[in-house]
Order: sequence, then structure tokens, then C-alpha cells
Amino acid sequence: MTSPSAPTTLPFKSWLLAATALIASAPAALAADLVISNWDGYMAPDIAESFKAATGLEVEIVNHATNEEIMGKLMAGQGKGYDVVFVSSPFAEILNQQGLLAPIDHAAVPNIANLYPEAAALAYDPGATFAVPYAWGTTGLCYRSDLVEGTPDSWNAMLQPTDALKGKITMLATDRWLMAAGLLAQGTSVNESDPAKIDAARDLLIEAKKSLLAYDDTTFYAKLVSGEASLVHAWDGWCNYGIAENADIRFVVPKEGSDLWVDTMVVMQNGDNQENAMKFLNFILDAKNHAWAAENILYKVPNKAAMESLDPALLEQFPNMKMTPAELTGFELLRDLGDAQPAYSRAVSEIKAAN
Amino acid sequence: MSLYSSRPSLLAAPALFWLLVFMLLPCLLIFTYAFFERGTWGGVVYSFTFENFRRVFDPLYAGVFYNSVRIAAITTVIAILIAYPAAYAISRAPRKRQPILLFLAVLPFWSNYLIRTYAWIVLLNREGLFNGVLSQAGYQGEPLSLLYTEGAVITGLVYNYLPFVILAIYSSLSRLDPELSEASRDLGGGAIRTFLRVTLPLTLPGVAAGGVFIFVLSIGNFVTPALLGGGRFQMIGNLVYDQFLTANDWPFGAALGMILILAMIILLTVQAKLTNHASGTAPQAREEAA
Repeated sequence: MTSPSAPTTLPFKSWLLAATALIASAPAALAADLVISNWDGYMAPDIAESFKAATGLEVEIVNHATNEEIMGKLMAGQGKGYDVVFVSSPFAEILNQQGLLAPIDHAAVPNIANLYPEAAALAYDPGATFAVPYAWGTTGLCYRSDLVEGTPDSWNAMLQPTDALKGKITMLATDRWLMAAGLLAQGTSVNESDPAKIDAARDLLIEAKKSLLAYDDTTFYAKLVSGEASLVHAWDGWCNYGIAENADIRFVVPKEGSDLWVDTMVVMQNGDNQENAMKFLNFILDAKNHAWAAENILYKVPNKAAMESLDPALLEQFPNMKMTPAELTGFELLRDLGDAQPAYSRAVSEIKAAN
Repeated sequence: MSLYSSRPSLLAAPALFWLLVFMLLPCLLIFTYAFFERGTWGGVVYSFTFENFRRVFDPLYAGVFYNSVRIAAITTVIAILIAYPAAYAISRAPRKRQPILLFLAVLPFWSNYLIRTYAWIVLLNREGLFNGVLSQAGYQGEPLSLLYTEGAVITGLVYNYLPFVILAIYSSLSRLDPELSEASRDLGGGAIRTFLRVTLPLTLPGVAAGGVFIFVLSIGNFVTPALLGGGRFQMIGNLVYDQFLTANDWPFGAALGMILILAMIILLTVQAKLTNHASGTAPQAREEAA
């Protein structure tokens, strides 16, 4: 799944990144004190300099375009050559099951106390023992309040749209979120493993495809701004990029509920620099450094000190930034699907191949 | 002198090395992958199976194959219909001007494929240039949905690969001895008859080469359907891309790739046969014209 990545990831760039991923995947050089793999643009661009100024350590940063891409590399090389990796929580779960993750040394990461208690008690890893949450949020509908009548507060506003909205809707195509829309609309879990329910969601999504403008994981907010689309399936943070350009854009979480996604930082067991890795986690969890992500990527960060330091004007401009940890954890946490993953892949293939 | 006598093979060595390392070996690797089971997170588990090839013929994936063939075929026909007259015009232009005209035909290649494809998004979208011009011209209705349609995908493919077809047909036309059509005309053949019975048959190898080229490039394309089709039209290239980069099923992606390569080999063989056949019939055509 493509995790909600940063606004600076231009779509053609992500295509290029993905296309070259298989051949350009040489692990990082040995010279650095620490090797980090993250989505492009998901950290401050000067992070290497500021971390070096603070600790004297040389960081090498490499980018991955998708969770799947970095998973392939980590599995193939048993995580060697990487120290800190940013992945979405279901992938952190898998890495942990595979024994590839080092335990988080809380004594070496005192800033972990900055996390909201809810963020350190997430079901996939209570106590943040192997993964430290970096950003979190939910998925919903992002729409032009001047073009859509009323509040589209149901998944069916997107899946079974009014005539006025037909052809003016985009949906996320990444498997977990595409499926989640269909599953949630039918009142089932975003982690559903019952084949009959997966099939039912698939059928609903194939029907919904007829009224779509496009599937879009990267530029949907721009389509709202231009007016090509009136309603888009969106991650909360990405909707903010639209709101930044047009104040008529709103974000709503449908009444049937939604998912809670968490992007995490993990430390590789087979990396050579675990001690430095802990220093890096601690550096990121510093209120000021972690606030960078909220201020610039417009994602909620699970860092209480960082969120409290934000300019109230920012929260007013982007209301979904005000979502509390209690609200967020009220959504259903995306978990690793385990044996049900192939059924999701197949359902998504069928949806995409349907005419 | 041994250095002199071994020079041809020496000169070919870099190219052979390149082909071996960057084409043959990867193809062999893909071929091998196709017979193993998937690793859960990419890679392969080395246990032998035919399952991946069986899956290729699953109606779901066979449907994607059919759709790709259909889109590539439509693209090919349209491209030939546009490219032939263009190549003909260039070949009939004054000798001095031909290089400039050819240069103009391939000029788009000086920019990046993705940028050229993005340009079509700018042109075709509902708030884009075409709809803008339409409404300037007094069109009152809803903006036309041109982008994210099959038509947009075909347009993008034709546009991007057209220069190849023009070049292939031009090379056939420019090698055509002008005396042949002169002879035909002298002997009372009209312009149309001369074209249909002399020029066209003799340039069919160029048409076939250009046609196979654009067909092969189109059927495996994944960027254009993703960008101009809005992800709503899946082609085989998208399926292969998904297997490697999102579904983490390398062996199945490899099997799909092998089938695609096989289809291309068959096409290229047919094209080569056709070329031989055409050059074999050339004397006949000459006799007829004479």
C-alpha cells in the first residue's frame, strides 16, 4: 500500500521512483553512521544537517516510494544496510513477526514520553516496543462545499452518487483504502477476512467504478482545486493540501466510520548502528522536530508536545488537524491482513480490470 | 595480421556484452522466476510450479490481455493511417528539405515521455485547453469528459509512438526507386492505381515494421493507461507493474512478462517473414508495373 506520503512527491516522480525501484535498489553505502529509508519529502529536507549539528553523526537518507518496495528490499536482505525505516504499521507488524526489528530502547529515547498515551498503546504494539508512531490519521471524503449539495457524510455518497456527482469523483486505488471504502459502506471491518464479505465489497466497488472520474492516489486534491472533481476519497492530511488552495474544500469522515492509519519508525535488528538509530528516533520525537511534519506535511503527529506547540491559526485553517487522539483511536486501526492479503489483492485486480 | 582479422568480433564485443548482461540474463532470470512460487514479500520461493502460467489464462487476466491487444491494435491502425501520408509527403518533398521534415517529426522525442503525456492531461481535462477553447467558441453545455477515457489512452499512445512509424514507413518509401512509379504512369497507370499496385505493395515491409513496433510498445505500456486512463483501464503492463510493486507476486508478474515476450517474438517473426515475402514479390510487382 502507498502510505499517505508527502505533498512534494510529484506523481510523475513517484512513477519514476517505482519504475526504477527494482533496478536501483542497491543498499546504502557503508560510510554513514546511520542509514534511513523514508518516503520522499516525509521529513525536513535539512534533517541530515540538523541531526549532524545535534549529534555529530553522519546520516544517509534513501527514499522508498511504497511500503511494498521497501518490504521487498528488507525481506531480501534481512534488513541489512538499513537502520531506521519508515513504514505503515501493518508492515511494521510483519517485520516484527519476521524477527527483523530491534526492540525500542526507551531509556535511549527519552522523548518517547512526548507521545500521546493513546499513541504508545496502539493494538499492534502496546507500549511502542518495536515501532514508534511518526504520523497518524484517517481517510474520508474531501469535497468542494460549493459544488456538492449538503454534507456527503456517508461512504455511499461516493459509491452510489447522485447524478450531479457522477464522473466527478476520484477514489484511492491502493488496496487497503480502496477495499476499506467498500467494506465500511457495508458495515464490515476494514480488516475483514470473510471471503463472502470481501466479494460483496468488491461488487459494490465495481459498480461504483462506473461513476468515477479516475482512481487517484497522488493528485486528487489538485483535481478538486481545478474543479475537475467535486468529491474525492482522501487521506485527511492530503485534503489539507486542497484546503490550502481553496477554502471551500472540506473534509468529512463518513458516519459509517473509517480507518486509523499509522506510519511508524522502526529500527532494523540487522543494521549496524542501533545505538545511533535510537538517537535519531529521539531527535525526531523532540517536540520541535516532530512539529515540522505537522506544520509542513499537514499530518497529525502523535506527539503531544509537538501538537500543542502548533500555531492555533493552522488548526483553524485545517480543521481535521484538531482531531483528538481519542477521536482517532475511535476509528478502526488498519492491521496486517495475514492470510487474507491475497484475497484483497485479487479483489483489487478484479476491480481494476472490470469494465 | 591477427589483430586485423579479429577486428570485426572485437568491434562487436561491447554490443554483445551489453546484450548478454543487460538483456539476455535479465530475460533468463524472469523466465526462471516464472516457474517458482512467490515469496510473501517479494522475491521467490524456490519450489517448482506451473501455477503462474495457469493463472495467466484465468478469465480475469485473459480479459486484461484481450483488452491490451485491442487497445494496441486500434493504436496501430490509427498510427499507420496518420503516418503513411506523412511519410509519403516527406519522401516527396525536395531532397534538401527532407532532413528538416524528419527532424520535426522526431522533435517530440527531445522531451521526456512523462512530460509529453502530462501535456495531454493539461489539454484534455475538464478544465483544460480543449474545453476552454470550446467554451470560448460558444459551447454552452457541460465540459466534455475527454480525459480518463479509452480514447485518451489511445491518443496518448498514438502521439507518443507515431514518429517511429513515420520513420519506418519513410525509410521504405525513400528507398523506392522513383522510376518504378514513373514507369507505371508512363504505361497508363493512374495515380491511384500506381499507388495501390506499385508503391503500397513495395512499402508494406516499412508499414509492417512500424506497425509491429508501435503495437509492441503499446501493448506493454503502463504509464499511459495509468495517467491518461486514470487507472480505470488496465493493460497488461499495469498488471505486471502491480504484481512486482504492489502485490509482491514476482513469479506471476514474471509469467505475465514471459507471455508478453512470447507474443512479441511471434509478431516479430511474422513481420520478418512478411518482409522476406514482400521482397520476394518485388520482382513480380516490377514486372506488373513494366
